[in-house]
Amino acid sequence: MNLLVCISKTPETTAKISFIEDNSKFNTEGVQYIMNPYDEWYALVRAIELKEKHGGKVIAMNVGPASNDIIIRKALAIGADEAVRVDAEPDSSMFVAKQIANYAQENAIDIVFCGKETIDYNGSEVASITAEMLDLPFVSYASKMEFDGTTATIERDIEGGVEVVQVEKPFVLSASKGLAEQRIPNMKGIMMAKRKPLNVVEAVGHDSKSKLLSYTMPQGKQEVKMIDPENMDELVRLLHEEAKVI
Amino acid sequence: MGASTLESMINKSKVDKYNHHDYYGIDDLLTEDHLLARDAVRDWVKQEVSPIIENYSEKAECPTHLFKGLAEIGAYGPSLPTKYGGGGMDEIAYGIIMQELERGDSGIRSMASVQGSLVMYPIYRYASEEQKMKYLPKLGSGEFIGCFGLTEPDHGSNPAGMVTNIKDDGDAYILNGAKMWITNSPVADLAVVWAKDEEGKIRGMVVESGWKGFSAPEIHGKLSLRASITGELVFEDVRVPKENVFPEIRGLKGPLSCLSKARYGISWGAIGAALDCYDSALRYSQERVQFGKPIGQFQLTQKKLAEMITEITKAQLLAWRLGSLANEGKASPSQISMAKRNNVAMALDIAREARQIHGGMGITNEYPCMRHMMNLETVLTYEGTHDIHLLITGYDVTGLNAFS
Ligand SMILES: Cc1cc2nc3c(=O)[nH]c(=O)nc-3n(C[C@H](O)[C@H](O)[C@H](O)COP(=O)(O)OP(=O)(O)OC[C@H]3O[C@@H](n4cnc5c(N)ncnc54)[C@H](O)[C@@H]3O)c2cc1C
Repeated sequence: MNLLVCISKTPETTAKISFIEDNSKFNTEGVQYIMNPYDEWYALVRAIELKEKHGGKVIAMNVGPASNDIIIRKALAIGADEAVRVDAEPDSSMFVAKQIANYAQENAIDIVFCGKETIDYNGSEVASITAEMLDLPFVSYASKMEFDGTTATIERDIEGGVEVVQVEKPFVLSASKGLAEQRIPNMKGIMMAKRKPLNVVEAVGHDSKSKLLSYTMPQGKQEVKMIDPENMDELVRLLHEEAKVI
Repeated sequence: MGASTLESMINKSKVDKYNHHDYYGIDDLLTEDHLLARDAVRDWVKQEVSPIIENYSEKAECPTHLFKGLAEIGAYGPSLPTKYGGGGMDEIAYGIIMQELERGDSGIRSMASVQGSLVMYPIYRYASEEQKMKYLPKLGSGEFIGCFGLTEPDHGSNPAGMVTNIKDDGDAYILNGAKMWITNSPVADLAVVWAKDEEGKIRGMVVESGWKGFSAPEIHGKLSLRASITGELVFEDVRVPKENVFPEIRGLKGPLSCLSKARYGISWGAIGAALDCYDSALRYSQERVQFGKPIGQFQLTQKKLAEMITEITKAQLLAWRLGSLANEGKASPSQISMAKRNNVAMALDIAREARQIHGGMGITNEYPCMRHMMNLETVLTYEGTHDIHLLITGYDVTGLNAFS
């Protein structure tokens, strides 16, 4: 069984976010990166668990530059068997999905695992576009998954509840919290990761269909206004005119 | 302030918000293995150590369940060969692992230092192949816990004066004497013990707990390194099979070579404690408002913080260079002494300054500074006291021995 886990790199959660070049570019200065937690803690670990039970191999895949190799090595240290990096800037979801779909098709992948979103852009797009391109079933926001080797029974988080779906391989899944528990790589895993293959391949067809124009920062917290409890009219006026909530 | 208010302030659920500080971009000097090792141990500490450490430290209880966890993450003998239960990594990786463990607590780092550098290392270096295979894999996996007995009640800084001794008795030696201040001893399965033979030469040996005449009572009342268990080793006519005595090594250079290894790790470990104090103080200085400003805006607070990061950066560079020398097999014991002495004193100074920045809250267990400060008093003393290391440097530069 071939399990493909798509991993991406995101700024570390406490990174200070700012933009440059007329707010059109994320300022990477001084930013430290981590593997997207949904990919690492849930998607990757669940894939490794399935491999441990059913056999096969786990391939970690990333679309990105050579500086991403460290997070790929981390995936190998946690327990992926091999890795592939598509050597290109991941500049749109469509482009990334195309690379994944292409690789999945050529390598007879049984299950494609993604995180439910990356914690930086929160797009939740790559997994669904990939499924569409491969014409495969897609189960999003998976928080629990049982698998018997052919059929998966998956619980997915929906607004205010849980939905249970059944699907046969091959399929695409996006992982949310609960699908597995974080595994911290140990020193043995880190040393073994050096001997596992990390293949670097060229991208296929680059035709981004959208373009990023600019970013806007959310408004900072405003100062609290104190209003005399006697002065109800003023409170109503402010809620109406300034806060625009009534 | 009412008792309940203070309690609620102190018992707020503890989230370890630690962020790494790398003012001089020293990360660029590190390899992928080093960075992965560091992040892994940091995650492990945040998950396993930070949530419980204040509690164990307060109760003066050793979280013995962490011995297994330390083995699983690979903290025992990371730079020893994998065949002998080690990690096959380099000396910088070993240092970084110690740094991250001590960022959590000096006692936790001590649990790992003793097992790796003072127990596994001498067995790896001096025991017969058979003994290596008998003990090392089980020590590496945490199935066995070890301790290291050099210090005696009357011989601390001067271990050459030791009185613990062995006498030949056919197929075994008879061991008599007592060791004091031994980390891990009450919970250890075996002890690496240094004792004088009938010619007065210092010999090393592995003594298993449970052997007749061997006991290891706990030492109580420590106000420092409270989460690490410390005890004595008492030997009353203990029969030590001859194969358990290291065949070749004679003299003080046996134990000193182990101490070099452990002191090297401490010179990195202390940076971890300093970083944790600095990190906490920096965050507090931005959150705490007095006179209408965050206290970090006052010049005197800035002086403290600026000096702290300057000293940390110097210590990081010292440790990195020492690590590079160690990787080439060129780090001399005197160079290790300099780094141990400098970095531990640096960390203790920073713990004290950081404690002040936290004001009254700094004396509570809501913040880590006071615990680090108390721990570092031990770190300043064990593995060669602050002053003894100074005399080692003094001897090295003058060629004149202050000890004789
Ligand atoms: C918590 C803890 C854990 C420990 N774990 C271990 C362990 O696992 N194994 C082990 O073998 N030991 C261990 N030790 C012992 C430690 O290494 C000794 O405490 C240390 O070497 C100092 O010895 P001492 O306490 O006898 O002090 P002393 O040697 O009596 O020193 C007292 C003071 O005199 C100074 N002094 C001594 N000689 C000189 C000199 N020639 N010139 C100038 N000043 C001098 C010292 O610097 C110190 O300030 C541990 C100690 C502690 C506190």
